[in-house]
Amino acid sequence: MTVLVLASTVVDLARAQFATTSVYHFFFVPLTLGLGPIIVAFQTMWHRTGDEKWLRLTHFFGTLFLINFAIGVATGLVQEFQFGMNWSVYSRFVGNVFGAPLAIEGLASFFLESTFLGLWIFGWNRLSPRLHLATLWIAVLGSWMSAYFILVANSFMQDPVGYKLVNGEAHLTSVWALLSSTWALYAFGHTIFAGLTTGAAVVLGVSCWHFARGRNVEVFRSAAKVALIVLVPVSCVNLWFGSHFGIVVEELQPMKIAASEAQWQTCTHCPFSLFQIGGFSSSSPTPSFSIEIPGMLSYLATGSFSGQVQGLDNLNQAYAQQFGPGNYLPPVEVIYWAMRGMAYAGSLVALIAIIGAVLFWKRRLEKWRWFCWVAVAGTALPFLACAFGWFLTEMGRQPWIVQGLLQTAKANSPNVGTTWLALSLSVFVLLYIALLVADFWLMRRYAERDPKATDDHGATTAPAMGY
Amino acid sequence: MNLQNLWFVLVGVLWAGYFLLEGFDFGVGMLLPFLPRNESERTVMFESIGPVWDGNEVWLVVAGGATFAAFPAWYATMFSGFYIALLLVLVCLIVRVVSFEWRSKATDPRWRTFWTWANAVGSFGASLVWGVGLANLLNGVPINASGDFTGTFWDLFRPYTVVAGLAVVLVFAFHGASYLTLKTTGDFLERSMRTARRLSIPAALVAAAFLVWTVVVAVDRNDKSVFPPVLPAALGIAAMLLAVLFAARRRTGWAFAMTGLGAVLIVATLFTSLYPRVMVSSTDFSYSLTVSSTASAHYTLAVMSVVALVCTPLVLLYQGWTYHVFRQRISASPTAT
Repeated sequence: MTVLVLASTVVDLARAQFATTSVYHFFFVPLTLGLGPIIVAFQTMWHRTGDEKWLRLTHFFGTLFLINFAIGVATGLVQEFQFGMNWSVYSRFVGNVFGAPLAIEGLASFFLESTFLGLWIFGWNRLSPRLHLATLWIAVLGSWMSAYFILVANSFMQDPVGYKLVNGEAHLTSVWALLSSTWALYAFGHTIFAGLTTGAAVVLGVSCWHFARGRNVEVFRSAAKVALIVLVPVSCVNLWFGSHFGIVVEELQPMKIAASEAQWQTCTHCPFSLFQIGGFSSSSPTPSFSIEIPGMLSYLATGSFSGQVQGLDNLNQAYAQQFGPGNYLPPVEVIYWAMRGMAYAGSLVALIAIIGAVLFWKRRLEKWRWFCWVAVAGTALPFLACAFGWFLTEMGRQPWIVQGLLQTAKANSPNVGTTWLALSLSVFVLLYIALLVADFWLMRRYAERDPKATDDHGATTAPAMGY
Repeated sequence: MNLQNLWFVLVGVLWAGYFLLEGFDFGVGMLLPFLPRNESERTVMFESIGPVWDGNEVWLVVAGGATFAAFPAWYATMFSGFYIALLLVLVCLIVRVVSFEWRSKATDPRWRTFWTWANAVGSFGASLVWGVGLANLLNGVPINASGDFTGTFWDLFRPYTVVAGLAVVLVFAFHGASYLTLKTTGDFLERSMRTARRLSIPAALVAAAFLVWTVVVAVDRNDKSVFPPVLPAALGIAAMLLAVLFAARRRTGWAFAMTGLGAVLIVATLFTSLYPRVMVSSTDFSYSLTVSSTASAHYTLAVMSVVALVCTPLVLLYQGWTYHVFRQRISASPTAT
């Protein structure tokens, strides 16, 4: 019994560490994915029009980009190491399949991203303007490619394809099946849209901060315009795309969808609850209070208002028959709220974007200060949506680490005990909090500045990005 | 050569590339508290590696990823076994990476001093742990029959592995000083050359001791004959001695080439000494992990080989181009702070 308790503590600690470090890492990833292309747009506009305001915006947001990029790189390394450090059984089991996209990510995209970003930061006076612009395009391409490859790796945990089991290990049989996995392609689209939403929301928020204080209005109008051109369509499309992704997940991981709705019994014409109190356990499956939209869950999960959605209890029984006795339920209440947190935060971003666009079009945006402050506060929303999204994706997969093939509780490193884990988890938490505080301080400081075309020493086109 | 052996060589090449490239930017980092006399000289040091350190670090990312993909069981045992050591490396690398972008973003001297030291300590710590860690693959750690590490953090520190850590630190510091002699001007250049000269003899001596000891350990604990490990070891010693000579004669370019070669040959000696094993077990030699017992199946290795074949030349091309673009020396600006 003691052994069992200890074992579960170890797995819980390892999971807590992976969750903390991944969610933290993913604060910086979407910002890189989304802010990168917007800076590309600024610099491309400068290159085409020669208008200095675009250069000022490139420098201004480029600096914010780099402050965050640093933490993104640093915390990304932790993710690569952690599979082996904390999940050695998992690593041996999936290495043949999962390692390949990870290695390809390094070879094909990290080299591209890091090398060309270095060229961009320091190449202002050394490369021709056209070539210099190209380095940023390539760096952003690298970051998008790396998102694709890491999501291919992750998709194998959600919906394993292109493999066969040999001596209890997953062996790759088709790299094309892996690279074109439906799950991976949907996740990639969803992630890129989420990244663009995040980047554009931050540009809009920073612009609105300047409007609210009545500073640099002219130049930030241009920034806000670009941000809104990206944000309005992308945030709306991502709501649709995300819900469509739900239909794919219903086919591949029905348990995740059932948990995200706390739907205990298989149903047709199932309602979607906007909010519910209670109803999160098999013994009391009926909520004491809820607000429901009839047929909506069926529509979200199957694309038809009368579609059948499988219930948690039914799935649990089916899994017990297939995989042997046990409890195959993920933590229902967490997933229910994670799904709503994601969807509501995402919807609010879209709402802010639409109102912002209308105000901008009527030339009122910079005058409506209260809305500007809303947009400033709204920059937190896409980050929250991303975090909730990952909770939904990864906790909704439990108890599996690889859906249907390997359980999380059996996949951790047997030699890494509570002492090591407690130590590493504390170190990461303390270090990450300190970095977040410093990052926030730096971001505020730089977001508050006036955008300049030259650096502090007056050198033209040598930005404040260098060291 | 079958694909398993090819990938063993490639993992070695990736580590060698990492030592060659990140070696000098670690070295520059370690010298930060000692070499520069003022803030603008510190800025020169940061700028000298600014455009390239991130690309250099990707060699590590790819070495890790390639080990995961090509030798999952090696990756699993090594990374879970060296848990605390890798935690230290991660902390070192995190504060170091951040220091590059953040140090210049505020002018408060305390802020700048903090990040300067963060970079120095991070560079030193990571170099030390990588030296200790890689030497442990050969020296042997407690590994049981199911391939799991059963030791403690302190098991990683043996006289041989500590010397390995020191050798890597000293070689990197020398390599970094040599790099600075190619990137600086005037008085700072003179001091960089002096530092390179001062570091050259201890670095060469400790590296030579480590290389000789590696061959002994290979014979003693890994059932190898003296040849072939002695070949890269001898070349490594020769490279380091030549580096001492070139540094003394102010042949800075050649000195840098030789310190780089020394760093590469340290990895080459370790990997040659390891083969056909990848991690020696000190519990029972027969529990040692080998290339063939840890490798991925043929199909995975074939896919990875194609990717490596396409990507590696491109990477070398554009990374080489970056070094060409930023080949100029950097002068300390009197106005910059």
